[in-house]
Amino acid sequence: MTQTHSIPPEKPRLILIGNGMAGIRTLEELLKLTPELYDITVFGDEPYANYNRIMLSPVLAGEQTIPDIMLNDDDWYDRHGITLHKGVRVERIDRLTRQVITADGGSFAYDRVLIATGSRAFIPPLPGADLPGVVGFRSIADIDTMLKNCREDGHAIVIGGGLLGLEAAAGLIAHGMNVTVLHRNSNLMDRQLDPAAGRLLEKSLEERGITIRLNANTQNLSGVDYVTGVTLTTGEILPADLVVMAAGIRPNIDVALNSRLYCEQGIVVDDTLQTYDPKIYAVGECVQHRKQCYGLVAPLFEQAKVCANHLAQFGIAKYGGSMTSTKLKVTGVDVFSAGEIHAGEGHEEIVLADAARGVYKKVILRDNTIEGAVMVGDTMDGAWYFQLMRDKTDVTALREHLLFGQAHVGDAGHGAKARVASLPDSAEICGCNGVCKGDIVKAINEHKLFTLDEVRAHTKASASCGSCTGLVEDLLASTLGGDYSVAPSVKSMCACTDATHDDVRAGIYRHGLQDIRAIFGQFNWKTADGCAKCRPALNYYLLCAWPETYQDDPQSRFINERAHANIQKDGTYSVIPRIWGGVTSPSELRAIADVAERYKIPTVKITGGQRIDLLGVKKEQLPEVWRDLSAAGFVSGHGYAKALRTVKTCVGKEWCRFGTQDSTSLGIRLEQRTWGSWMPHKFKIAVSGCPRNCAEATVKDLGVVCVDSGYELSVGGNAGIKVRVTDFLCKVATEDEVVEYTTAFIQLYREEAHYLDRTAPWIERVGLPYVQRRLIEDPVGRTELAARFRLSQQFSQTDPWAERAAGKESHEFAIPLELV
Amino acid sequence: MNSTLKSAWYTIGQLTDIPRLGAKVVTFHGQPIAVFRTQTDDVFALNDLCPHKGGPLSQGIVHDHKVTCPLHGWVIELDSGSATAPDEGCSHTYPVRVTAGKIEIEIQNMAVIEPNTETLST
Ligand code: SRM
Ligand SMILES: Cc1cc2nc3c(=O)[nH]c(=O)nc-3n(C[C@H](O)[C@H](O)[C@H](O)COP(=O)(O)OP(=O)(O)OC[C@H]3O[C@@H](n4cnc5c(N)ncnc54)[C@H](O)[C@@H]3O)c2cc1C
Ligand code: SF4
Ligand code: FES
Repeated sequence: MTQTHSIPPEKPRLILIGNGMAGIRTLEELLKLTPELYDITVFGDEPYANYNRIMLSPVLAGEQTIPDIMLNDDDWYDRHGITLHKGVRVERIDRLTRQVITADGGSFAYDRVLIATGSRAFIPPLPGADLPGVVGFRSIADIDTMLKNCREDGHAIVIGGGLLGLEAAAGLIAHGMNVTVLHRNSNLMDRQLDPAAGRLLEKSLEERGITIRLNANTQNLSGVDYVTGVTLTTGEILPADLVVMAAGIRPNIDVALNSRLYCEQGIVVDDTLQTYDPKIYAVGECVQHRKQCYGLVAPLFEQAKVCANHLAQFGIAKYGGSMTSTKLKVTGVDVFSAGEIHAGEGHEEIVLADAARGVYKKVILRDNTIEGAVMVGDTMDGAWYFQLMRDKTDVTALREHLLFGQAHVGDAGHGAKARVASLPDSAEICGCNGVCKGDIVKAINEHKLFTLDEVRAHTKASASCGSCTGLVEDLLASTLGGDYSVAPSVKSMCACTDATHDDVRAGIYRHGLQDIRAIFGQFNWKTADGCAKCRPALNYYLLCAWPETYQDDPQSRFINERAHANIQKDGTYSVIPRIWGGVTSPSELRAIADVAERYKIPTVKITGGQRIDLLGVKKEQLPEVWRDLSAAGFVSGHGYAKALRTVKTCVGKEWCRFGTQDSTSLGIRLEQRTWGSWMPHKFKIAVSGCPRNCAEATVKDLGVVCVDSGYELSVGGNAGIKVRVTDFLCKVATEDEVVEYTTAFIQLYREEAHYLDRTAPWIERVGLPYVQRRLIEDPVGRTELAARFRLSQQFSQTDPWAERAAGKESHEFAIPLELV
Repeated sequence: MNSTLKSAWYTIGQLTDIPRLGAKVVTFHGQPIAVFRTQTDDVFALNDLCPHKGGPLSQGIVHDHKVTCPLHGWVIELDSGSATAPDEGCSHTYPVRVTAGKIEIEIQNMAVIEPNTETLST
């Protein structure tokens, strides 16, 4: 048989129409998934590569330049083998012959088309609207025109007092012009703000020298070969050297209409961003999805991600629409708005107005969840309200303090850092990695970062303990404007998948998935083996779902859990034996001392959790150390595990003159019931013998405070990164009830929290009333939870140390082979 | 006993000694070398030192042809030893091959202080 040279099969051709933010973001997402799949061609009618349209406002104000705002330069297209036709307008798509036809008469064959033509400024059909000197506010070309016509003491009229109009006005005033904003309605930004907020905004803009004319309707624009004036319907004539039309935007659907694609307001797409023609997709402002068109980038970027998933032929992502929030990017004028702005039927309003400080906050609630927020003057908590709104958190427990902000509900130490925008560049934002504000702002600008993950990757800020995440998000928002800080409404587990934690947990039960590979298959994981983020989570979810049958996967465990000891910076390990309830004995202490001497363990330390830590043990020594500790009756303290850590107790009634109950033995009983169980994160319990609370029970995941008449239970505390005091759950009369509520609570947390959620953030997400409903109002459900916990304990209460001392996983602890 | 530049293949054990998505450590003159086995039975060897702060890569989670360092989560490419962007740095890699189920690693151009290294490489 003769060998013929096979011609490489031609790649399918993908044509992108519209070289803007949504289209290029889709290509970026696509290249991440399948870099080689398509032969890609891009048409853009602007004579530039891809730039950040949002930053046109700072460019107009002179705070940034055009080179500053380029996102992808020509080189990027080259590197990815993408053909870019700049300054070329597409006329239509010939769907029969499958060709894209350009205005200059070219035709280009395609296999797939992506339309991302954005929107255009709406120019009201007024006489004179076509005069030179009348511009929209959309593109670099518009900015050029504006800047050309800017002169000190000249007159600029901005028609439209919405977001864009006000940003244009603020930009123009920076050039020394006299700026008047004409707004048809009786309050500014009437789509985002209520009248009270509008008035405050009006006041602060007037303080900056901008003239605001409300209820002002334009009759016509005048001028001979250039605009010179604006006539109002009242007959009044205002002089003008420049008129900016900011009366709204309209989806740019010309190409789609010329191609006879089905459009309403925008190009109609389904949840996969496909148009009525299955070979044609559309994303961005030109799109109408579930009757909704969007005009902010966050939802467009979500669309981009889903669309890329389908273009890459993975076919699993779904776009379900977005919630949006708005921020005005005018330095010193803080405005935030999200969701409902006017209370309707069934709504409640909570309002805080402090005219003297120029602060107005309003939150709209329905059935104790937030449905909208409007803020002027102090928008620090905007992201927090938005988060509560998207998560539909029951805010009953937060209600009293809601308007005072997150700083007042337990985010101690961080709320006070406040106003990240006003911090000096040298202020340290991330304490773990020593990253200053200036470094982060520089990275955002230089590397064109848009998301928290990108900032983490480039600066390491917020990449460790995460306590500065809020500050970093605020920095993103204040550096970039807009609602970048906002994570998409549904967060996928990690970059390996579009599935969320909840999708996966539900899928495990629904499809009876029994191992990690089955989850990869069911949810079309994009990586062959997952990553260090998703594999440990999946392993835990499976363990929790199938306690009787699932085989733990050691290779999907972080080293501490795989080796059952904590790795130290020098590669040695620490060993913390369990000391039940913090109570020990001379013989136990002697055994620990013997082990420390026998194995020359360099450091012996009393921990913050009432136990003793042996630090600096070599990995290959661990099984021997454990064998000796086992012989003295010790089991693993799980100081390394996402599991029960310590049950801290105080001496209680047995010795203490104030003790009301036997807190020590209750603590030991709780520890014996709950040790060994794998959880989404570590779990700490404490039992104090009286309200003096020497065991610090009110900062534990579950705290018991004994009182004369019984036991007060509280949950969701944390004394770590972000201090949070527990929420009171209920009071019970007997120790048995303490055990039942504790184990039921743990099981609820095990079954429903996301991996790596401590109880504190989990409760903040689902709301305390939810937990109360499950544990107090539903006694049958509670006993079932407790029973499921008992069942799972039958399979997990084995001491991993004794097992390994007896030879299990011996390869893990083998002495390294010396090659000589 | 003299010091020369040598290159030799060393057998370090069976492929099946290492769990899939796992690693094993061997040392050469005190220098730890991590030998990884991937899900698809490819084998890689690199110095067991993370280019960030020297973390033991052998203890990390292996995925595809990468390992995530256990100390601060850098992701290192097993074939090149390079950190993935935006992190920068590289760990030295060694040629490896699997012959009849045995893993062999080639150590090149190392100053070999001991004589008779070949006899030990069974
Ligand atoms: C040993 C100990 C410090 C000490 O010398 O006292 C310690 C050591 C570590 N803590 Fe801790 N924590 C220790 C008590 C605490 C306490 C105090 C307590 O439990 O009463 C807290 C605050 C209480 C709390 O958890 O709410 C505490 C809050 C943290 C946190 C922050 C957790 C949070 O949700 O905010 C981390 C980071 C994490 O888990 O992600 C952490 C992580 C760590 C790690 C595991 C860091 C790591 O990943 O390597 C440290 C391991 C060192 C080692 O190898 O032993 N450690 N850590 C304490 C062990 C107690 C024990 O007997 O098991
Ligand atoms: C001044 C300003 C400030 C803004 N501030 C914010 C903010 O703070 N936060 C926020 O989230 N959003 C903001 N936005 C909105 C944001 O910029 C848009 O939502 C986003 O750019 C829309 O992306 P897109 O890809 O849909 O459209 P575009 O980015 O407009 O891209 C569409 C591209 O397609 C080209 N095109 C159109 N028709 C054709 C054709 N027939 N042939 C070839 N090319 C064509 C257009 O010229 C354009 O380059 C702002 C917008 C402006 C103008
Ligand atoms: S023991 Fe805890 S507080 Fe101390 S350095 Fe380690 S993680 Fe930080
Ligand atoms: S030492 Fe490896 S990531 Fe820091």
